[in-house]
Amino acid sequence: MTGYEWIIPVVLTVITAATPLVFAGIGELVTEKSGVLNLGIEGMMLVGAVTAFVTATVTGNYFLAVIAAAASGAFMAFLFGILTLSLMANQVATGLALTLFGVGISALIGQDFVGEPVQAISKLNIAGLSDIPIIGQILFGQDPLVYLSFIMAIVVSWFLYKTKAGLILRAVGDSHDAAHSIGYSVIAIRYLAVMFGGAMSGIGGAYLSLAYTPMWAENMTAGRGWIALALIVFATWKPSLVVVGAYMFGGITILQLHAQAAGFDVPSQILSMLPYVATIVVLVIISKDESRIRKHAPACIGKIFHPAA
Amino acid sequence: MLLKIEKRPEASQLMVYATPILALILTIITGTVLFQLLGVDPVEGLRNFFIKPIDNTYGATELFVKATPLILCAIGLSVGFRANVWNIGAEGQLTLGAIFGGGVFVYFHDVDSVFLLPLMVVMGAIGGALWAAIPAFLKTRFNANEILTSLMLVYVALLILSLLVHGSWRDPDGFNFPESRLFSESATMPILLEGTRLHFGTIIALFAVLGTWIMLSKTLIGFQIKVIGAAPKAGGYAGFSQKKIVWFSLLFGGAMAGIAGVSEVSGPVGQLLPSISPGYGFTAIIVAFLGRLHPVGIVFAGLLMALTYLGGETAQINLGLPVAVTGVFQGMILFFLLACDVLVNFRFRFTLFGKAAS
Repeated sequence: MTGYEWIIPVVLTVITAATPLVFAGIGELVTEKSGVLNLGIEGMMLVGAVTAFVTATVTGNYFLAVIAAAASGAFMAFLFGILTLSLMANQVATGLALTLFGVGISALIGQDFVGEPVQAISKLNIAGLSDIPIIGQILFGQDPLVYLSFIMAIVVSWFLYKTKAGLILRAVGDSHDAAHSIGYSVIAIRYLAVMFGGAMSGIGGAYLSLAYTPMWAENMTAGRGWIALALIVFATWKPSLVVVGAYMFGGITILQLHAQAAGFDVPSQILSMLPYVATIVVLVIISKDESRIRKHAPACIGKIFHPAA
Repeated sequence: MLLKIEKRPEASQLMVYATPILALILTIITGTVLFQLLGVDPVEGLRNFFIKPIDNTYGATELFVKATPLILCAIGLSVGFRANVWNIGAEGQLTLGAIFGGGVFVYFHDVDSVFLLPLMVVMGAIGGALWAAIPAFLKTRFNANEILTSLMLVYVALLILSLLVHGSWRDPDGFNFPESRLFSESATMPILLEGTRLHFGTIIALFAVLGTWIMLSKTLIGFQIKVIGAAPKAGGYAGFSQKKIVWFSLLFGGAMAGIAGVSEVSGPVGQLLPSISPGYGFTAIIVAFLGRLHPVGIVFAGLLMALTYLGGETAQINLGLPVAVTGVFQGMILFFLLACDVLVNFRFRFTLFGKAAS
């Protein structure tokens, strides 16, 4: 016994708490880079969570469940796109509507599944590798979605900064009029970006209902969609920092859970406030420097595009 | 033939009033499909949802009971929304109002005075305003996005309430349930109609509506809010302080939500519980938009949203539908409204071969 074995379960739980935030944050990052602010992450995550849970319960197929969650999130985002991109509705109001609608519709879909257990998504077990002390389980013993979250972060980072398509997407986000005048379809590109964001939020939700707490409960996201939004500001719109931020918040969430379990002499409610208070503190620290935000935020974010011609 | 969206030279006043009704019609149409999917006869479903809850005196008064917190919260939010201040944490401000107002009773529960209830209402307003002052301060001092801060504070507020009713504010004779004492008569909103739950909070809400209407149409701050909302740059040139508007909108919205909170706990709820609102603060966002951010519109929108709460309950009892249907209906109404709003500023034109048909 080394005395450090408690680290392993802590790290493992931090990973599970951070993964939904990585998915939702990376997805919304792409949406925002295209110049669209979708405040409906919470709603899309909830719909993703319930879709994944119902699909997994009914079919027993987890791969299908995750695909269904991604599709349902993308569909919600598509609705958002119809309103904000085609019908030019206010993005803030529509995002709120998407969340309110998502809360309702997910509760409706999941009403017969509340409290039903489901087998947690199985973790990888590579003979030999996963048995290496300490790092074996952390590096090689996760469920597939954890690896997928990292892959997606890397792919998005590569896509945005190393490909022409990524450059076009960023151009649309920074100056939609210029992108339009040189012949790019601003609306079509934004639809794709918004739906990618929705699919990722859906998978983030699926992670909650299949892995983090393998069950369905109304409003089970508990504000994670909003925390993901704050993460992007924290990360100054950089994919790698979104991952760092997600793990930081995952750490805070787990820290307070472990503190509660350890019977810390602080009321559990105070500890439960930590992630929310930390979000506010982080937002304040980052937003203080207005010029930095202005430099990194997509210039057209939240603005409605209507070709003048 | 192509469908083209064309900007109107001027916003259509007709559409401003027509789109909420159009949205409601679309919601009802979609609702019939939803009922069908849930295996309920659509006519029966709609009747249970929209007519049955209010076809008697008690039901009609319940409509006002439910609409009161919605109207109070929405009227506060509407002022901010007009000025592009996005306070979406009314639920938290409502909770703090309940804590501050209810706290007065917890500490003075043996006082029997006519001043107790007014003091509770005032403290409720202060509690809500203080909670909203946090995002106002963070926005004006540190440029932190008020959407995210006000929302995060909702979760914190609910946890504070939970902490209090599980802890020092728990009823000493309450068999360890997480509840405060039942409010005494002098801490309870007077009932307006014998045999119903219609209470004085509704009168307060109507005064708030009237006061806000006067403020928006007759005072300088009301004028500044409208100008900053419609044309931020013009407001800036005219020397209106953006920061002042942020502070005012949030404090006003917080105070209104706070009053809604105290009116709930000293009205229909009757004590402090871990959960005192079925999301009134969030539904109020829909109410504010559906009411076109106008005080009178908000009254009608508040009554309509209250009806969806009652309808959800009736449909649950009579048809065995899940309560969640209420949330779906509320979300759909806002969705359709935002979609239809395109008609206010744009018009649809059919074009032939890319040329205007006209």
